[in-house]
Amino acid sequence: MSDKKYLYKKTAVLTDKSSHYCPGCSHGLVHKMLAEIIEEFGIQKKTIFVAPVGCAVLLYDYIDCDTLEAAHGRAPASATGIKRSNPDNVVIAYQGDGDLLAIGMAETIHAANRGENITVIFINNAIYGMTGGQMAPTTLVGQKTLTTPLGRNPSNEGYPIGACELLNTLTAPYFIERCKVNSSKTAIYTKKVLKKAITNQMNNKGYSFVEILSNCNTNWGMTPLDANKWIDENVEKIFPVKNFRDGDAK
Amino acid sequence: MLNKIVLAGFGGQGIIVAGKLLAISAMNEKKETTHYPSYGAEMRGGTCSCSVVVGDNLIASPIIKNPDIALIFNKPSKEKYEPLMRHGGIMILNKSLIEDTNLRGDIKKYLIKASEIAEQLGSVKSTNMVMLGAFVKATSIIKLDAIINSLTIAFPNAKEKAIELNIRALEAGYNNLE
Amino acid sequence: MKDKILMKGNEALAEAAIRGGCRYYFGYPITPQNEVPAYMSKRLPEVGGVFIQAESETASINMVYGACASGARAMTSSSSPGISLMQEGISYIAGSEVPAVIINVMRGGPGLGNISPSQADYLQSVKGGGHGDYNVIIFAPSTVQELADYAYDSFDVAFKYRNPVMILADGVLGQISEGVILPEFKEIKDAPEWALGKGKERNIIRSLFLNPEDRLTTHNIHLQEKYRRIEKEIQYFEEYKCEDAEYLIVAYGTTSRICKSAIDNMRNNGIKIGLFRPISLWPFPYAKLKENAASKETLFVVEMAYNQLEQDVRIGVEGAAPIERLNKLGGSVFNEEEIIDFISNSITLKGNKYVG
Repeated sequence: MSDKKYLYKKTAVLTDKSSHYCPGCSHGLVHKMLAEIIEEFGIQKKTIFVAPVGCAVLLYDYIDCDTLEAAHGRAPASATGIKRSNPDNVVIAYQGDGDLLAIGMAETIHAANRGENITVIFINNAIYGMTGGQMAPTTLVGQKTLTTPLGRNPSNEGYPIGACELLNTLTAPYFIERCKVNSSKTAIYTKKVLKKAITNQMNNKGYSFVEILSNCNTNWGMTPLDANKWIDENVEKIFPVKNFRDGDAK
Repeated sequence: MLNKIVLAGFGGQGIIVAGKLLAISAMNEKKETTHYPSYGAEMRGGTCSCSVVVGDNLIASPIIKNPDIALIFNKPSKEKYEPLMRHGGIMILNKSLIEDTNLRGDIKKYLIKASEIAEQLGSVKSTNMVMLGAFVKATSIIKLDAIINSLTIAFPNAKEKAIELNIRALEAGYNNLE
Repeated sequence: MKDKILMKGNEALAEAAIRGGCRYYFGYPITPQNEVPAYMSKRLPEVGGVFIQAESETASINMVYGACASGARAMTSSSSPGISLMQEGISYIAGSEVPAVIINVMRGGPGLGNISPSQADYLQSVKGGGHGDYNVIIFAPSTVQELADYAYDSFDVAFKYRNPVMILADGVLGQISEGVILPEFKEIKDAPEWALGKGKERNIIRSLFLNPEDRLTTHNIHLQEKYRRIEKEIQYFEEYKCEDAEYLIVAYGTTSRICKSAIDNMRNNGIKIGLFRPISLWPFPYAKLKENAASKETLFVVEMAYNQLEQDVRIGVEGAAPIERLNKLGGSVFNEEEIIDFISNSITLKGNKYVG
């Protein structure tokens, strides 16, 4: 056995617990990439996650780092409290679309506007996953959900909100980018972006925001493959994948 | 001994700081004291008052219903506090801004041209100190020296010149009481 | 002994909190406690701390949650409507067993109410306030000195029990200036082992317990055991002229100091009356109150609220003495005379020995 060589091994920053995420869900992949980056950077002991309310509420069951479980929408505020009193720790807020853009809109905007030196990961899957598929602030026009059974109707529910576009109106943020992880190529690129967003914090550059277009194949009523395709064909049209701001490029 | 003192006028006349100076002076004289400002939606020129209670024992209530003594800086304050005064209380009126100085018969009345005196000394802003000087003369609850010695505590950032002006205003109030 | 200095309640509590180790303040302006954030914004940077004016009370309390979860001594302050907004966060802090210090300078309610002093947040404070079975340790000072002393000590209490502590003041205590002797700066030891980023082992701070092996029931039993221990260890109260008293006033905070003066006055007229003042409102000193109530003709509950403190008084007294209430509603403060009138009339009506 000893002459066998591992070509690939699960990072030690991920626990051995199997996740509760639906097969094909983007959460698992993003968790893995974050865990790998934390291992590569050697920052497992100094990283503190702030978990949201939503599907990723049990994030600490999978990523083996100190974690604060925040109240719904308040992750950026609690992350502010942690980072301001512990500037040497790496603080990562991980949030979904309801948490970040609906109930937590004020905290999102104001943490960004203060230029808090934290990293915010935003999983945008255009729907509420954990509660069973209700409309999110990012639900597309016409998209059917449990609470928009005929499709999102702008005259009643308004239009999807672009988080990156909104944050890009502020002066303070250092880094804002929207990515997707629906193919190997895009996932590999996204990992680079995540690395950058964490490196920025370690270099005291300030607020970094990474939005990741994700699938919720279960609540979208699709196979994972169809869901990934739907991101390219529909979601990305409303939420263009691109870098909005990179303080390094200035 | 328990004295319930009200200072009242309009915002900008230095009512609150004068009350605070009075309270600090009382405290430095080893008396018990509380200072309670009227607080509300902030507005320059609005009515403004504060309550200072000075006594030998821990002050029970910092709120004053019927004042023993009132330093009245303007006309609306005179109208408000005259009916509230304790029987036999003392009112010190800023004659510069109050034309009709008639008062209830049982109230002991003192007059001082506080605003005019302050202006002659160089700044209408020291009206509050003139009033305080007049109060010392009228009541002798606190010694003038005690107030003068507390000036640098009440105004820790004040320049020497400003402190000197305040002393002159206090003395002028003390010496010109009618 | 150090000299007294004259300080406004809001400023004295802020300075005392800093001397008690507070280095982080998160808050949102609201009258009548605006001097607290103003003071903190100036003073905290001088001692190497951080002040943030948050976007809301909701954000404030969750910033405190984050800072305290990572072992820092952090606090927030507000007044009634803002404290209502914080209740969700306080429930999380209690559920996650995070220490925190919260100041409520109460004003008139309900709703936007007014900005005058009130005691109408009593029940919200002592009975939980947010969702779930939990308690916040509540201290009710009655002078600027006590306000400073409790602000100073509350961080030690919060960290000892890993529990939120609230100081329940009111507009009078926040706004009055009185002589105060400030405590010395406290040496703060390293952050506790349970704090985020501070442990040898991995730390998770949470209030969610979904799995059978760490189910919520067990967690709640643990919390209740802690609360019973706190009830044994914290019983703060003051007895004023109770020894020979035939009548007893029960009051706390600003109201209690006005009652003291009323008591002195009534005693001059031959009425043997005393004051029982609870200082820890949770845990409430029920046993001591009952002891005091046992032989009394009547208990008078005096509060700037309607039947709030009285509910705890009734629990404590268990019918041992008749209870009468004197309430002041809508953000207004008692004057001594109305307390004297009410009690004197009541005693006269009963045909008891009222002289005067």
